[in-house]
Amino acid sequence: MVDKQEMKAMIVSILEEMTDPSSTESATKVVEKPINKQEEATVKEATEEVLEDITQIDIRKQFLVPHPADREGYLKMKAKTPARLGLWRSGPRYKTQSMLRFRADHAAAQDAVFSYVSKDLIEEMDFIEVATKCKDKDEYVTRPDLGRQFDDENIATIQQQIKGTPQIQVIVGDGLSSAAIEANIKEILPSIKQGLKMFDLDYDEKAVLFIKHARVPAMDKIGELTKAEIVCYLIGERPGLVTAESMSAYLAYRPIVGMPEARRTVISNIHSGGTPAVEAGAYIAELVSKMLQHKKSGIDLKEVE
Amino acid sequence: MILKAKLFGKVYSFQSVMDVMAKANEEKSGDRLAGIIATSSEERVAAKVVLAQLTLEDLYNHPAVPYEEDEVTRIIIDDINQRAYNKIKHWTVEELREWLLATTTTDYDIKQIARGLTSEMIAAVAKLMSNLDLIYGAKKLLVTKTANTTIGEVGRFSSRLQPNHPTDDIDGIMASVMEGLSYGSGDALIGLNPVDDSTESVKRILTKFEEFRNEWEIPTQTCVLAHVKTQMEAMRQGAPTGLVFQSIAGSEKGNTAFGFNATDIAEAKHLALQQGQVVGPNVMYFETGQGSELSSDAHYGVDQVTMEARCYGFAKRFDPFMVNTVVGFIGPEYLYDSKQVTRAGLEDHFMGKLSGISMGCDICYTNHMKADQNDAENLLTLLGTAGVNFVMGIPHGDDVMLNYQTTGYHETATIREILNKRPTREFEQWMEKMGFMHEGKLTSLAGDASVFLKK
Repeated sequence: MVDKQEMKAMIVSILEEMTDPSSTESATKVVEKPINKQEEATVKEATEEVLEDITQIDIRKQFLVPHPADREGYLKMKAKTPARLGLWRSGPRYKTQSMLRFRADHAAAQDAVFSYVSKDLIEEMDFIEVATKCKDKDEYVTRPDLGRQFDDENIATIQQQIKGTPQIQVIVGDGLSSAAIEANIKEILPSIKQGLKMFDLDYDEKAVLFIKHARVPAMDKIGELTKAEIVCYLIGERPGLVTAESMSAYLAYRPIVGMPEARRTVISNIHSGGTPAVEAGAYIAELVSKMLQHKKSGIDLKEVE
Repeated sequence: MILKAKLFGKVYSFQSVMDVMAKANEEKSGDRLAGIIATSSEERVAAKVVLAQLTLEDLYNHPAVPYEEDEVTRIIIDDINQRAYNKIKHWTVEELREWLLATTTTDYDIKQIARGLTSEMIAAVAKLMSNLDLIYGAKKLLVTKTANTTIGEVGRFSSRLQPNHPTDDIDGIMASVMEGLSYGSGDALIGLNPVDDSTESVKRILTKFEEFRNEWEIPTQTCVLAHVKTQMEAMRQGAPTGLVFQSIAGSEKGNTAFGFNATDIAEAKHLALQQGQVVGPNVMYFETGQGSELSSDAHYGVDQVTMEARCYGFAKRFDPFMVNTVVGFIGPEYLYDSKQVTRAGLEDHFMGKLSGISMGCDICYTNHMKADQNDAENLLTLLGTAGVNFVMGIPHGDDVMLNYQTTGYHETATIREILNKRPTREFEQWMEKMGFMHEGKLTSLAGDASVFLKK
C-alpha cells in the first residue's frame, strides 16, 4: 500500500514532470541536447529581411526535377505551356514550394471573388455607386437572377444621377473579381477617353456608374434606364489561378432586358499578362465608334463588317 | 400511395412523387435556385419518411418527365428488364436500401435486381442513404468495361490524363501528357478538352496522340472532347479516334440544348466500332454533373439528383467505357460549398455504379465556390475508398484552360499507395517496363517527362 505521504510525493513528481521539461530528459536526452545546443547557437532576433515573394517566380521557368534525362528538352517543352510541370514531388506528394505557390494563387483568386472594391477607389474615381438586389457576396454567387436586378431606391438613384440620354454610358461592376477592377480601372478609363477623342467622341466621367454585386446582364437594365446609345461595361472575370486580375469589357448598342446574349460584344482577358488595360482601352474606343456608325453590336456588328 | 407524414406531431404533405423526391434531397443550392427545396430541415426529414414508404412501382409510374414527352424517359423505361422489375416492384424504397446494404447481398445479387431499376428508383434510394451508406453500397459494386484496356477491376484505380492548354499548342499538350504518364496518370484515358472545336483541330490532336501512343506502345485510350458531331466528322475523315465523348443531360430537352439526341449517339457509337482505333466493345465516354439540366431550363421542376440519375439511365443504353461526373465545375449556384460537392460526388458515384456504369469523378471546384484543394483531397479519399473507377489527372491540379482546380497526377499516385491499388493491368505492366513503377510504387524516374525525349 502506498501511504498518503508517498502518494503526495508521487503527485508532486508527476506534476513536476508534466511542467518541467528538464525532468523528462531521460528518454529523449540524446536527441534533445544537440537540438537545444543548436538553437542556442542560432537564436537570433527577427531581422528586417523579407523572404522572397514566391508569387513572383515565373512558373514556366521554375524547374525542380533533380536528375532529368534531358534538362534542356524539358525546359523547352515546359516553356510551351502555363501548366505547372516539372515541379517534382516528395514521395507521391507535392514539393513544399509548389504547394505553397498553388495555395497563394488560389488565395488570390478567392479573395478577388469575396472581397469588395475599396470605398477609396470608388470615391477617388468619383463613381456613382449603386447595387443590385443581392444583399451580400453569398447571395451574389448563388443567385445570378438577383445580380441583374435593381430595387426602386437604386433605380431612382440611377435616374436622378444620369441626366439626359448619354451617347456612351460607362459602367464598372465588381463581378467575380474585385481585384480586376482595382488593378485595371485607373488605367483603362483614361485610355478609353483618349481613344474616343480620336473619333470626336466622349463619355461623361462624372456619370460613371459603379455596380456592387454585378452580373453581366445588369447592363441591360442600365441601358433601359438611361436610354444610352452605347453601354460600355467593365466587369471582373471569374478568376483562375494564372491571374485573379482579369477584367472583361462588354459593349452593347441600346441594350434592353431580355435581349439575346449574342448582341453583346466582349473583350475578355484584360490584365497585365493578357491584353493590357491601356491597349484594351484603345480597342474599346474603336469598337464604340463602329457600333455608333452601324447602330449594331455583337454578332449583328460582325455580320456587317 | 401516401404523400403525407407526421413529424413531432406536425403533418407534412407533399404535392407529388417528384415533390417528395426534391424535398427529400440533402441541401443543394441548385434545388433552392429551382425553388423546389424543402423549406426546413424537418420538412426534409418528413419527405424522406414519405419516400421510404413509396414502392418502386410508385416511382415507375411517376417518372420525372412523362414517357410520351421525353426520349430519355423512354430509354430508361424501355431498357428495364421486366422480369427483374416484377420481382421487386412491391418493395418500398426502405426495403431496397436495406437489401442493398445487407452483408449477405452481393454484387452478383445486386446486378440481377439492378436491371429492373429505373433511374428514379436509383435516385430515391440514394436520397435515403448517408454518405457512408453511399460509400459502403458503391464499394460492393464492381463495374468493368473494356476498350483497349479494361477499367474497374478489383484493386485497380485509374485516371484520365487531362493535358489541357489555353491555345491547344501541341507541344505544350504533349509536355503535360509525358509528365502525366510518368506519374502513372492516363491509364483510363488521355483526353483533351480542346479550345478549338473544329474538325481540323480535333483530327490534328487525335493523330498526334495516336502517333505517340504507338511509338511508346502505351496500352490506353485517347479522346479529344469536342462535340460528338465534330468527332464523328473527324472519324469519317479518317482520324484515329479512340473513345467518343459527349456531355449528356437527364432530359431530351437538355440533350437538345447540348445539340444531339439518342440517334446521334447510337450513330457515333456505330462509327467508332467500325472506324475507331479502340477495340471495344465499350467505346463511349460521357460527362455529366448535377445542375446542368436546371442551367439549360430542362429540369421540368425535378431535383438535380434525380435528373443526374437519369443521365446514367440514358448512358447505360450505349454501354460506355466511362462516365465522368464533373462534380464541382458548375459553380455555387448549384453546389454551394465543399459539403454539397462532397455529397453530390458520393451520390453520383453510387447511382452510376448501381446503374451499371463505369463511374469516375472529376473532383473539382471553381474559384467562386467555398472549397479548396483540401476539400478535393477529402472527396478523393472518400471516392477512392468507395472504389471509384477513375479520377482526373492534371498538372498540380490546376487546369490552365478551363480555369478550375481538380485532382493532380500526384493524387492518383498517392491514393494508389494509400489504398494499395494499381493502374489497369496492361498499363501497370507498361509502367514497370518503362521503369516508372516498381511493385506498385513510383520509382525515381516517375515525374520526369524528359524520359520521353530520349528517342
